[in-house]
Amino acid sequence: MAEQKIYKKAISVKKTVIWTMLAIGAIAMLTPIIFMFSASFKYSDEIFNLNIIPSEPTLSNYIYLFEETTFFKWLINSFIISTVVTFSVLFFDALIGYTLCKFKFKGRKIVFIAILSTLMIPTEMLVIPWYVLSNNLGLIDSYFGLMFPGLMSGFGVFLMKQFFEGVPDDFLDAARIDGLNEFQIFIEVALPLVMPALSALAIFTFLGNWTAFLWPMIVTTSADLYTIPVGLASFSGEFQTEWEMIMTGAAVASLPTLLVFLLLQRFIIRGVILGGLKG
Amino acid sequence: MSNNKGLTVGQKRAIWAWLFLVIPIVYFIIVRFYPTFDAFSMSFTDWNIIGERNYIGFDNYVTLFNDPVFWVVLGNTFEYLLFGIPISLLLSFTIAYYLDQIKFGHGLLRACYFVPFLTTAVAMAWVWRWFYQPVPIGIFNLALGELGILQMDFLRSTTQALPAVLMPAIWAGLGFQIIIFLAGIRSIPDSYYEAAKIDGAGDRQILWEITLPQLRATITFIVITSSIGFLRIFDQVYNMTQEGEGGPLNATRPLVIHIYKSAFEDFEMGMAAAQTVVLFTILMVITLLQLKVMKKDG
Repeated sequence: MAEQKIYKKAISVKKTVIWTMLAIGAIAMLTPIIFMFSASFKYSDEIFNLNIIPSEPTLSNYIYLFEETTFFKWLINSFIISTVVTFSVLFFDALIGYTLCKFKFKGRKIVFIAILSTLMIPTEMLVIPWYVLSNNLGLIDSYFGLMFPGLMSGFGVFLMKQFFEGVPDDFLDAARIDGLNEFQIFIEVALPLVMPALSALAIFTFLGNWTAFLWPMIVTTSADLYTIPVGLASFSGEFQTEWEMIMTGAAVASLPTLLVFLLLQRFIIRGVILGGLKG
Repeated sequence: MSNNKGLTVGQKRAIWAWLFLVIPIVYFIIVRFYPTFDAFSMSFTDWNIIGERNYIGFDNYVTLFNDPVFWVVLGNTFEYLLFGIPISLLLSFTIAYYLDQIKFGHGLLRACYFVPFLTTAVAMAWVWRWFYQPVPIGIFNLALGELGILQMDFLRSTTQALPAVLMPAIWAGLGFQIIIFLAGIRSIPDSYYEAAKIDGAGDRQILWEITLPQLRATITFIVITSSIGFLRIFDQVYNMTQEGEGGPLNATRPLVIHIYKSAFEDFEMGMAAAQTVVLFTILMVITLLQLKVMKKDG
């Protein structure tokens, strides 16, 4: 009896130690984000202070950012580009994945392997030819130039094909008997059955485009066309020593994805697991 | 209408299939396959964006491998990988392993670890750059000062800069790895643990003989994805070093910065294309190697 009690106590002590260590780790993980937000509410003379809550909180950095710089435009650019690309990827990758999974036709394997093989090609290898292409077609400094490399993705095709395997053919055949054409079947019957996969793909695609840096930096020369990361990099380069302004910019760039996470936390984590493991 | 009459159901479906695929096929040819081919062919030319593309055989590759700076760059690129993988793997597994045993506040703790994954690398690079500044600006040195410890040069030092730049990359990727590890640990059937406990196995034994072997596929997945990530490191280096050069004295310059500078500052497109082919080859070899290792073990 007594022995068991000691044993149980040992376990709870161990659990408490583990919990405390994990909590310290969690706070450490959040430190950069906390300090970023904290600095964005500080006046420049207080930035060199380790306190997290500013003694005189101010919104002046934010006001300056939105009134005197192009930041708002960059937010809009990033938002439009990420949204359009995400919808395009969802539609086309689902359509390709569906076709490759549910239709039997000659050449199906070759198309699938060809698309899958594009996963091996790193973006860095493609940016130079893309740049040449954009130059020749006049796509430098245009939304389409920013968007075209991402409109479809091999990753998404693979993910969607995997998920359509789980959709029974009977459902589709029933819809055929009801007289729907193949495109209607795809939109009205098949797509609603793979919503979890679609949302996982949406999360990855939107996040990837929101944070993308290399290609947007290459394809834009005019500040009006910058996306948030490109704008922030050039802005921070200019403001070198005004760290409270740089932190405000960084906070504005990070806020949208963090807010979405707070709202859809469980959903996003599930999506990441789904996309990560099946993709 | 009458045209369709002669077609079987299977033929009609095939027509639909190609109809669905025609735009994607054209897209993948123009935006993926042709550019890949173009990068390879460009790498055998001396093209500098204004002049002609003159075929010069393997000259770019020869120049590259005789260039001491390129070897420094390759060395840096692998340093990111060789430090990044073990550190991030060890941290993420340890955290996931213990997080799995915690019920109270599990969701909240997990969320805290995951949040950095959703940040923008460029933004966080500037936050960390600020942290690394000398006194009285950077909080790391301020904290060191309060503890009475010597100041560190971080980004200004040729030896500390690379690990300093690597930190935010590890930090941001950790959350993803933890989530994947947690899912992996959860998918191990309880019966395995119960059987082990009946056999009198201790925690440590269970960890080494059940948990880790069962996670082989998860570990391979994480190692491959994060290897590719570390070998392609760019955003952090570009935003944390002076002029995005990968300094001081090339101490942090990885392959992708080198490619960017060759192509878009020096406009040596042929040379830059050759560098991208080298990157492509490295990524290919590393991925295939790791897949092979997994197959052999499994």
